[in-house]
Amino acid sequence: MRAAIDPMPPMRQSGQRFHTVFCDREPNRTVAETAPSFQRMILTLHDYWSARGCVILQPYDMEMGAGTFHPATTLRALGPEPWNAAFVQPCRRPTDGRYGENPNRLQHYYQYQVILKPSPSDLQDLYLGSLAAIGIDFTRHDIRFVEDDWESPTLGAWGLGWEVWCDGMEVTQFTYFQQMGGFDCKPVAGELTYGLERLAMYVQNVDNVYDLAFNDSGVSYGDVFLENERQMSTWNFEVADTERLFDLFRKATAECENCLNAGLPIAAYEQAIKASHTFNLLQARGVISVAERQAYMGRVRDLAKGSCQAFIAKKTPEWEAKFPGWTV
Amino acid sequence: MGSEVSGVDGMSDFLLELRSEEIPARMQERARADLEKLFSAELDKAGLKAGAVTTYATPRRLALIARGLPDATEAVSEELKGPPEGAPDAAIDGFCRKAGVARDQLEVRDVKGRATYFAVFDKPGRATADVLAEAVPAVVHAFPWPKSMRWGEASLSTESLRWVRPLQGIVALFGGDVVPCEVAGIASGATTVGHRFHHPQPITIGSADDYVEKLRMAHVIVDGAERRATIALGAKMAAQKAGLTLIEDEGLLYENAGLTEWPVPLLGRFDEAFLQVPPEVIQLTARVNQKYFVCQSSPERGGGPSEGRGRGASPNAASGGTPPPSGADAPATSPGRGGLANAFICVANIDAEDGGEKILAGNRKVLAARLSDAKFFYDTDLKTKLKDWRPKLEKIVFHEKLGTVADKVERVAKLARWLVESDIVTPAKAGVAGESAGQEPQAMPASAGMTKEALADLAESAARLCKADLVTGMVGEFPELQGLMGGYYALAQGEDPRVAEAIRDHYKPVGQGDDVPTAPVTVAVSLADKLDTIYNFFEVGEAPTGSKDPFALRRQALAVISLLVANNISTKLRSALFQSGQERFNQVMDQAVANRPELNKFLVEGLRGERVGDDWIARLKAALNTDVGPAQLTLADNGMTEVVSAFKMQDHWPKLARRLLAFFADRLKVQQREAGVRHDLIDAVFALGGEDDLVRLLARVKALQAFMETPDGANLLAGYKRAANILKKENVIPAEAGIVGDEGEPESRAMPASAGMTGAALSYTPEPAEAGLIAALDAAEPRAQAAVAAEDFEGAMAALATLRAPIDAFFESVTVNDSDADKRSSRLALLARMRAAVHNVADFSRIEG
Repeated sequence: MRAAIDPMPPMRQSGQRFHTVFCDREPNRTVAETAPSFQRMILTLHDYWSARGCVILQPYDMEMGAGTFHPATTLRALGPEPWNAAFVQPCRRPTDGRYGENPNRLQHYYQYQVILKPSPSDLQDLYLGSLAAIGIDFTRHDIRFVEDDWESPTLGAWGLGWEVWCDGMEVTQFTYFQQMGGFDCKPVAGELTYGLERLAMYVQNVDNVYDLAFNDSGVSYGDVFLENERQMSTWNFEVADTERLFDLFRKATAECENCLNAGLPIAAYEQAIKASHTFNLLQARGVISVAERQAYMGRVRDLAKGSCQAFIAKKTPEWEAKFPGWTV
Repeated sequence: MGSEVSGVDGMSDFLLELRSEEIPARMQERARADLEKLFSAELDKAGLKAGAVTTYATPRRLALIARGLPDATEAVSEELKGPPEGAPDAAIDGFCRKAGVARDQLEVRDVKGRATYFAVFDKPGRATADVLAEAVPAVVHAFPWPKSMRWGEASLSTESLRWVRPLQGIVALFGGDVVPCEVAGIASGATTVGHRFHHPQPITIGSADDYVEKLRMAHVIVDGAERRATIALGAKMAAQKAGLTLIEDEGLLYENAGLTEWPVPLLGRFDEAFLQVPPEVIQLTARVNQKYFVCQSSPERGGGPSEGRGRGASPNAASGGTPPPSGADAPATSPGRGGLANAFICVANIDAEDGGEKILAGNRKVLAARLSDAKFFYDTDLKTKLKDWRPKLEKIVFHEKLGTVADKVERVAKLARWLVESDIVTPAKAGVAGESAGQEPQAMPASAGMTKEALADLAESAARLCKADLVTGMVGEFPELQGLMGGYYALAQGEDPRVAEAIRDHYKPVGQGDDVPTAPVTVAVSLADKLDTIYNFFEVGEAPTGSKDPFALRRQALAVISLLVANNISTKLRSALFQSGQERFNQVMDQAVANRPELNKFLVEGLRGERVGDDWIARLKAALNTDVGPAQLTLADNGMTEVVSAFKMQDHWPKLARRLLAFFADRLKVQQREAGVRHDLIDAVFALGGEDDLVRLLARVKALQAFMETPDGANLLAGYKRAANILKKENVIPAEAGIVGDEGEPESRAMPASAGMTGAALSYTPEPAEAGLIAALDAAEPRAQAAVAAEDFEGAMAALATLRAPIDAFFESVTVNDSDADKRSSRLALLARMRAAVHNVADFSRIEG
C-alpha cells in the first residue's frame, strides 16, 4: 500500500491553489476574450489532471457508448491498486444520430473521463478547480451538485454521486463507484465524466454544436464532424446490414467466451465492448423487439461481468500479495 | 465566551454539525428527524434529557442543537439479583463472574423470607461531555440513510464507514468546549466552512448560540424552513415584478431549498413560440428536468394596462434577452392554454456579481433545449392520427394473462358502448335509468340533445383512442401526461371535443379529492376502463392482498364508486362486472376462432352475440359435450388453453362476483368513512346483503344516519336492542342475510322471519300494549317495505319511527317471559317480528350505542 504510487501531494497543493482561483478572480475577464476552443479545453484538462498525477491516456480504439466502458475505468476500478487516469473517449450512440440536423444531438461525441482510485478526499474541490481552469467563473455561474445515482446493469455496476449543473445544465457526471462487475470496489474510485461538447458550447456561448470553434484558427466542429454525422446517421439507421450485424454479435459473444476460456479477461472484455456496440447498432436499425431486448442486454451483461470476474480471478493473487489483508 | 455559554446552573447547550458532500435534497428532512431520534436515544441511555432539540439540514450539513443539558449525569445505583444463600459454590461463583464482582463484595438481602445474594454497583455520575463523545460516533454509525456509500482510502475495506456522501467534518461543542471524538478518521473540532463559493474558508464556531448566525455571515442559511420562505417570497416577488403570478409548488420549494445554502430566485423568459406546446408539458419539463417554477399571466390584473407589465418585467427578465412584447399575454386568452406565461423562475445558490445575468442566460438556454425537445415530440406526435398508433399498442403487453393494450382497448370500447346501450350511462344525465324518487336529475351541459346512439358511438370511439397516447413520444418522455396528451392530440386532429375530453379525463378520478368526470362520454369510458381492469385482474388471480396492491385496484374501485355516486348512476354493479368478464370471454373466443375457424361450429355458434342468460354456461357446455369435451380442448394449442380457462372463468363467476362485490363494499366503507359516514351504519346496511346498487345503498345509509340522530331513532335502537337481547337469550336466531360487506362469507338468502305471526293468530287476548305493538307492526311493516321498494328511505325510517312508542309501551307493561308458554312464545315471536321489520331497513344489531 505504502509502496504504491502516491498521487496525493500534488493534489493537496492543488486544493490550496484552487481556492484562490475563484476567490481572487481576474477583473473584467469576458468569455469572448478567453473562451477556449474545443481542443484548447481538452489540452487544458489534460494539463490540469496531468499536474495532479494522472496518467493521460489516448482514446480506446474501439467503439463504445460511454467512457465508463474504457478498460481504464471498468477493469481498473477493480482491485486495490491506486489508479489515476484521464482521457478523452469518443462515444458512439447510434440511436442519438440526427443526420447533423439537431443542434444538440450527435451519434458520435466526446467524453472527458477522469478516474481517481482511491477517491481523494478533496475530489469535489479538484473537480471545481478543473472547471475554473477552463474558464468558468464561480462568482457569475451557479454550480450545483444534484443527486444522480448511477447504475449500469450492463456492467453490473453502481455508484452514488451527482450530476453537476452549471446554470441549470448538466456538465458532468460525478460518481463514487461502489460496485463494478458485481464486485465491491475496494477501494472506491471517483469517476468524473465531462460532456465535452456541452461544456464547450457553454463556455463558448454557442447554441449549435457544429458552430463550436474546434481550434483557434477558424476550424469549427461542423467542419470536422458534420459530414460524419450525416453519413453515419444514414448508415446507423438505414444502411447497416442487419444480418451481418447479428452475425457480428454472435461472433463477438463467441470470441468473448473463447478468450475467457483462454484466461485472457482483457481480450474477453474487448469482445464484450464489441458485442455491446453491435447491439446498439441493431437497436438503431429497429430490428430488436421489446421482448428480445432484455435477452440481448442480458447477454452483454453476462459477457461484461464474466470478463470482470475473470480479471479479478487472474489478478487476485498479485493483489493479495501486494496488499496484505485485502480480499475480493 | 466559554464561561458565558457554559450554563450558570451547570447546564449547557450542545452543538453537532456533520458536514458532508452534497446530501440529496429529498433525504434532508428525513435525516433531520433521524438525527434527533438517534441522538435522543443516546441521551436516554445515559439518563440525560435535553430541554429542547433543534435540527437543521442543508445540502452540505446536518446539524443539531440540544439545549439545557446538565454538565454531568446523576449517580445511580444498580443491583443484580443472584442465587440464594447456601446455593452451590459453582452457582455463586458463576454469578460473580457474570456480574464482575468478587464474592466478598456480594450483599445478602431478604427476598420473600429467603436470604439472597445481590451484586450492587454504584454508578457515579458521568461528565456529559464524555457521554456526548460516545454518542456522536454511535449516532453516525447507526444513521439510517436510504442509500449510503463508502469512499476514500478507508474503502479498501467494506467495513469502512458508510454515509450518504463522503463525510468531511464534525463540529461538536458542549458549551464552548470541543467534545473530542473521532469518526472514520475525522476528528471533531470547532471549525466548519461557509458557503462553497461565497465563503470557502474555515470558520470557527464558538458555541451553539452563534452557530446559525456565524454561518449566515458566511452565506449559509442553515434553517431549511427559512430557505424555503426565502425562495417562496423571492419567487413571488420576482413574478409580481414581471406582472405575473407565481404558480406555487410546495415540492419544488423543498427541492430547491435542499439544493441551496444561499437561495436566490431569478426570473427569466423563454421564447413565446414554445407556448404552442400544451402548458402542462412546459410546466412538467420545467419542474421535473430543471426544478423551475413557472408563472401565470395575472388574471386578477387582467384589466391592467399591458405596458405596465412590460415595465414590470424589466429588472430580471430584461437580462433574459427576450423582453416580453405585449403578445406575452396571448396565452392567457387562448383557450385551453391555462394562461401560462413564458417565464420561469430558477433558484441559484449564489448571489452572482452580475445580478444573475449569466446564470439566467445559461438556464434559459437549457430550458430552450428542453422545450425544443418537447415541441419536437409534440409536433411529431401530431403527425400520426391517434387511431394509427394501434399497431404499436398491439406490441405492448398489458398483462401476461390479459393480452396486449390493444386487446384491452377493444374490450373497453365494447364495454363503454354496452354501458350506454344498457342505460347505465345516459345522455341526459350520466345516471339513473328510469324513474327515481327524490333525486334531482343532474344536468349534463355538454350532452344536451344527444341521442343514446350518438353517445354510444362517441363512447366507443373515445375508448378506442384512449390509450393511443401511451406510445407517443411525449408520453414516453413524460408518462404522467398520459390521457392529457391524448386529449390534446385528439382535439388537434379534429376529433369530437367530447371524445377528446373523454380521452383526457378517462383516468380520473385519480385518488380522493381529484375531479370526478361528469360528461357522459367520459363517464362511460372511465367506468369501462376501470371495470375491465378490476374484473380481469381479479379473474386472473391478481386481486390485492394485505398491503400489496400492485395494480392499484383499490384505487380504481374507489374511482368507480366516486363515478357512480357523483353521477348518481343507479345500477346493478354485479351485472356491469359480469359484462366486463363477458367482453373478455368474447374476446378470447373470437381470437380462438380466428386461429381455428372450425371451433366456431360447436363453440360459439348459436351463442355468440347473445347477451347472457344464467343458463348460458350450461348451454355452452352442453354444446361442447355433444361435439368435443373440454378435456380434448386442453391438448390443442395455446389458444385452446385460453378457451378452457375462459370456461373456467364462467364457472367461477358466482364466487368471483361475491368477492368483487365484497371488495367494492369494503372500498365504499373506506370512502364513506373518510366522508364522515358512520362505519357501523354502513355495516348495518351492508349486512342485509343482496344490494349491489351502490347509489341505493348509500342513500339508505344516509337516511339511516339522519334517523339515528333523531330521538325516535335512538329510542327505537334501544327498544330493538332490548328485544334482540331477549331473543338472543331465548336463542331465537334471526334469519341470516347474504352478506356483502365482509369478504369470504357465504352468500345466503334472507328467510322471512316467523311467518304468520300476526295478531289474528293469537290464542289469548293480548294486553293493550301488546295489541298496540301488533297494530303498529301491521301498519309499519308494509309501509317500510313499500318505501324500501320505492327507494324512499326517509319514508322507511318514518315507518320505523312509528314503532318507537309502541315498543316502549310494550316493554313498560308486558312480561315477555310469561309462565303461560303460549303467551311467552307468542310474545317472543312478536319481538322477532319487530326485529325482522327493522331488518327490512337495516341490521340494527350492527349499530353502536
